[in-house]
Amino acid sequence: MARSSTSKDAQDLFHSLRSAYLATPTNLKIIDLYVCFAVFTALIQQVAYMALVGSFPFNSFLSGVLSCIGTAVLAVCLRIQVNKENKEFKDLAPERAFADFVLCNLVLHLVIINFLG
Amino acid sequence: MMAGGGVRFLVLILVVAICGAASVFQPISDSHRSAAVDVFVPVDGSYKSLDEAYEALKALEILGIDKKSDFSSSTCENVVKVLGSSSSTLKDAFYALNVNGILKCKIGEAGPKDIVSQLQAGVKDAKLLLDFYYSVRGLVLVKEQFPGADISLGNAEAIFRSIKALSQSDGRWRYSSSNPESSTFAAGLAYETLAGVISLAPSELDPSLIQTLKKGILKLFDSIQKYDDGTFYFDEKSVDASQGPISTTASVIRGLTSFAASESTGLNLPGDKIVGLAKFFLGVGIPGDAKDFFNQIDALACLEDNKFSVPLILSLPSTVISLTKKEPLKVKVSTVLGSKAPALSVKLTQALSSKSVDSSVINNQELKFDSDSATYFLDSFPKNFDVGKYTFVFEILVDDSAHEKVYITEAQTKVPVAAIGVIGIENAEIAVLDSDIGSVESQKKLDLTKDGEVSLSANHLQKLRLSFQLTTPLGKSFKPHQAFFKLKHESQVEHIFLMKTSGKKSELVLDFLGLVEKLYYLSGKYEIQLTIGDASMENSLLSNIGHIELDLPERPEKAPRPPLQSTEPYSRYGPKAEISHIFRIPEKLPAKQLSLVFLGVIVLPFIGFLIGLTRLGVNIKSFPSSTGSAISALLFHGGIGAVLLLYVLFWLKLDLFTTLKALSLLGVFLLFVGHRTLSQLAAASNKLKSA
Repeated sequence: MARSSTSKDAQDLFHSLRSAYLATPTNLKIIDLYVCFAVFTALIQQVAYMALVGSFPFNSFLSGVLSCIGTAVLAVCLRIQVNKENKEFKDLAPERAFADFVLCNLVLHLVIINFLG
Repeated sequence: MMAGGGVRFLVLILVVAICGAASVFQPISDSHRSAAVDVFVPVDGSYKSLDEAYEALKALEILGIDKKSDFSSSTCENVVKVLGSSSSTLKDAFYALNVNGILKCKIGEAGPKDIVSQLQAGVKDAKLLLDFYYSVRGLVLVKEQFPGADISLGNAEAIFRSIKALSQSDGRWRYSSSNPESSTFAAGLAYETLAGVISLAPSELDPSLIQTLKKGILKLFDSIQKYDDGTFYFDEKSVDASQGPISTTASVIRGLTSFAASESTGLNLPGDKIVGLAKFFLGVGIPGDAKDFFNQIDALACLEDNKFSVPLILSLPSTVISLTKKEPLKVKVSTVLGSKAPALSVKLTQALSSKSVDSSVINNQELKFDSDSATYFLDSFPKNFDVGKYTFVFEILVDDSAHEKVYITEAQTKVPVAAIGVIGIENAEIAVLDSDIGSVESQKKLDLTKDGEVSLSANHLQKLRLSFQLTTPLGKSFKPHQAFFKLKHESQVEHIFLMKTSGKKSELVLDFLGLVEKLYYLSGKYEIQLTIGDASMENSLLSNIGHIELDLPERPEKAPRPPLQSTEPYSRYGPKAEISHIFRIPEKLPAKQLSLVFLGVIVLPFIGFLIGLTRLGVNIKSFPSSTGSAISALLFHGGIGAVLLLYVLFWLKLDLFTTLKALSLLGVFLLFVGHRTLSQLAAASNKLKSA
């Protein structure tokens, strides 16, 4: 009884999450997709390659992983700032947030490329 | 030319540094003459250019070598062609006239007139020093070679002044009024030119002009440089001058000689510097370069016969005196080119021994003159003249009876002389001693002048002693440079020991107990060899004394083995073992294919991202349509793309600095464009919101 209720609860939870998510505006969904893509790439680098082959050369490995994680973090920041339901950032224009995102990404990639060697 | 000049300069310095303060300078001799034939006679019978031909022929003429007939025809053809054409340059005409002066080619009647008019036109139009030089000297040569031709320098004083205007206050000259750099070589050329002007002028020039020139000459002598052995020379001030010290000094001497010859009031130059200049050229030896050879010979010829002072050189054919042969010490005094000197007396004022520098062994000895060989000699040496190294100091006094020329010599000529003789060897004996007590077990007397057959035996507890006494011909004790004692084992292993000389005798004591390891524990028969040598010894010797049987203990485990003696004695000069360098092993990289596969795997999430985007229904509907904002939007995206492309280039080949420079430019551009685009977007969305 408890098991079925927990599983049913889990299923209900899952359904409600899914429907809530579908309601989010499209641009936020784009950003979420981008974050998933970046994290997934990082996972592949970290787990698959390093486990198989090893972390040589280490600086290249680090720069690869950190670029993915960094850009994911920046995308999350962008999502926070762009989300209209977020009260703290109401006054900030989304374009300004996007400009910040672009700038920070460019700086991040410059450093990453330098470190890539 | 410059690099060659620099190298020669260095070689000169090295040679002089080795010579030191006392050195011998030899006048020009037959070795110079035979070298001159090699340097100056052209291989294929003709010279490449007229200036080369002139230098070679002049040098051969000064040295008295007559090879003119071999190649005079081809050179004369060239000379006639140049002097006949009206379009030859002043430089070619000048050298052609010079060559003609030596070879005396047949020019013909019309030749001189063309050349004269060309040279006179050259003098009128000349602005540069070299133009003045070629034209004026050319006219002087025409006057010498064609006595009938009518040469006169119309405006001699004006020409004099315009040449003088190029001079500097330190005695040097500039090549042209537009070039501020002054050169000592140019000063020599200027003095030759001015001498030519003075000799061609129809009337006497203003004596004050000539006086200022003489002051300028003394100023030029202030810039003379010297080496430690008393040679003087002129050199250019700037490091990258095209003329080295030999050509610069030769040019100055040529200029001074022609200037002194052209005017009648006489030129007073410091005598020691003239002798120093002569020694500089003699110290060069035999130059390998044709230009240096010519400059050397030409300058020496000017010094040999000039109006100010003629230097005389003292030289010794042999600087070694043998006390046993009792030959006299010979000294030659001659001019720089080797011709006879006038009547003079040579005195040996001092003979300073290297051992006691202050007291002199010989004092104020006059040398006798042998007129057959034109040498001065000293045949008697005092009783206390021992073997060794000496510095002889000579003084020359020229007889002041009426000479046409003024002769000048060095105040004191210092010459290093070595005295050698037979060294006596006495009380030579070899003995084997018992180590602790010091008593003699066996002792043998030696005669070191011939190989002996001494046979000794010793064991490792004993000592070997060798001693002898060396005395000079005067009975003083002598310390040789080399006194070596060699033991050679049957297996060719050799050991060399140095004899110690102290006080009266030379001695060596070998304690076998301490030497056991050095001798590699090899017992057996050793040959004994003694070497005594010295520069002052006429009877240096190397004698095999005999054998010694050595009985040494057994070799322990860790003792070093004797080195392998190669059978071929010269194999030590053969190739050595090859050195194999160990480089850093490059890191093990993963296989190339694996990396490529992984690259493909990485691209997969990106494709997934794109697919996801399309599923979400991404569109670019809000891309601005009006042209202004469309352009800025395009530029914005283009700018971002350019920055990313820059990063790729940075990874591939650029470095951080160029990247940062490019990035700053692109960044500023991007900032403007992005600001415009985004503000337009913001304005558009605001309008939508409010509308």
